[in-house]
Amino acid sequence: MTTGSWWRTALLGAVAVAFLGSATATRASEPRIITISAKRFEFSPGEVRLKKGETVTIRIASADVTHGLYMKALGIDAEIEPGKTTEVTFTPKAAGRFTAICDHFCGPGHANMHMDFVVE
Amino acid sequence: MAKPIDRRGFLRIAGASLGFGALYHVAPALASSGPAREVAMELARRNGESVTPFTFVQLSDTHVGFSGPPNPTGTRAFEQAVAIVNRLPQAPDLILFTGDLTHDSDDRTERVRRMRRFQEIAGGLRMPIRKTIPGEHDASIDGGLLYREIFGESSYSFDHRGVHFVALDNVSRPRPEVGAGGIDRLRNDLERYSTTTPIVVFTHRPLFDLKPEWEWFTRDGDEVMNVLSPYENVTVLYGHIHREHVHEEGHSRHLAARSLVFAFPDPGTTREKKPLPFDAEHPFHNLGLRVVHAAPGAPPSSVSLGVQDVELTLREHSGTEGFQQLLRPTSL
Repeated sequence: MTTGSWWRTALLGAVAVAFLGSATATRASEPRIITISAKRFEFSPGEVRLKKGETVTIRIASADVTHGLYMKALGIDAEIEPGKTTEVTFTPKAAGRFTAICDHFCGPGHANMHMDFVVE
Repeated sequence: MAKPIDRRGFLRIAGASLGFGALYHVAPALASSGPAREVAMELARRNGESVTPFTFVQLSDTHVGFSGPPNPTGTRAFEQAVAIVNRLPQAPDLILFTGDLTHDSDDRTERVRRMRRFQEIAGGLRMPIRKTIPGEHDASIDGGLLYREIFGESSYSFDHRGVHFVALDNVSRPRPEVGAGGIDRLRNDLERYSTTTPIVVFTHRPLFDLKPEWEWFTRDGDEVMNVLSPYENVTVLYGHIHREHVHEEGHSRHLAARSLVFAFPDPGTTREKKPLPFDAEHPFHNLGLRVVHAAPGAPPSSVSLGVQDVELTLREHSGTEGFQQLLRPTSL
């Protein structure tokens, strides 16, 4: 191996290590994904447990009509259109039970469509 | 030496006194009170019309078509409320209905039938001026189309004896909000009024975050109140929560009316938003209507007395005579 090719190989190796290291670090800090489904007039699951300070992404899909998911204190304010997946990322700052509601009218029974986030 | 009455104080008291029946007695005394008379004249000059005492009634959440365990008597309380209002010793000038006139249904024909039934019962009121706004049960399912077809516009305004009334629709959009267009219309409507004009906004949902988890809020309520903030005397009457509530903020006072079908509990006492159970002994307990008196000025001592509500209570005479509803004053 010539001196020039040795340096090229070493440089490529260093770049590859740096890239892989970075990707690993990104994966480690990615928020936990929580999947929620919405249909008239319920969310499933009806209760999700979270840790205070832990960033999470909720991934929501509607099985029928447009719904909303609203919980001001957690910063959740989403419209969930059928055929699309909606994502909301947030970090709960305080412990407690937070009730999120469907705030997009979805028919008679809409007023009782809600779910709880329990932050520990 | 008598305490001088400043314009702002005069109006604040007037705002608080919207709802206090004793004002009916106080108003004549004001006519002979020099400082108060001067303030009243100044306001009349600025506003173009002076406020003269009058009474109006707020009815809310009649939910015609509702049938269920929380109230198996259906429209009975509404029908009795109409009879009571017709018997009030001082006939009110206006009747305001603050939404959820009917209970919702997926069936359009059934919705039409319920709205017609509402009109039939409300038509029994002897007062010629009856104003309605929709609740989410009337309008959310089709964006208010059927409501407007049967009742007319869902947002509008009018003047009555020196008070400017604003009907504000916060239910016809899919989400609980007035919307940018509605807020612009409100701003344009108010532009021609002096900031001293007494304003009564009647709407369905609360315009502040009372209990968002129970959908007791309006998403853009803060923006609405910002438009109203320059006005010195604002009263917001609303329904939706099926119970009494008073909230004061700045120059505005927000008053919720009881329902005429079932009551919700105090949200501070329970997590679950469930109607209070039906009590066969007192089937219309916690239901009711609101009688509001409007007039300029009132002594500060009257403020603590608050709104005069009347509650429908039950007296059973016999199985065949059915219910006898009586008026019973309550305090907040």
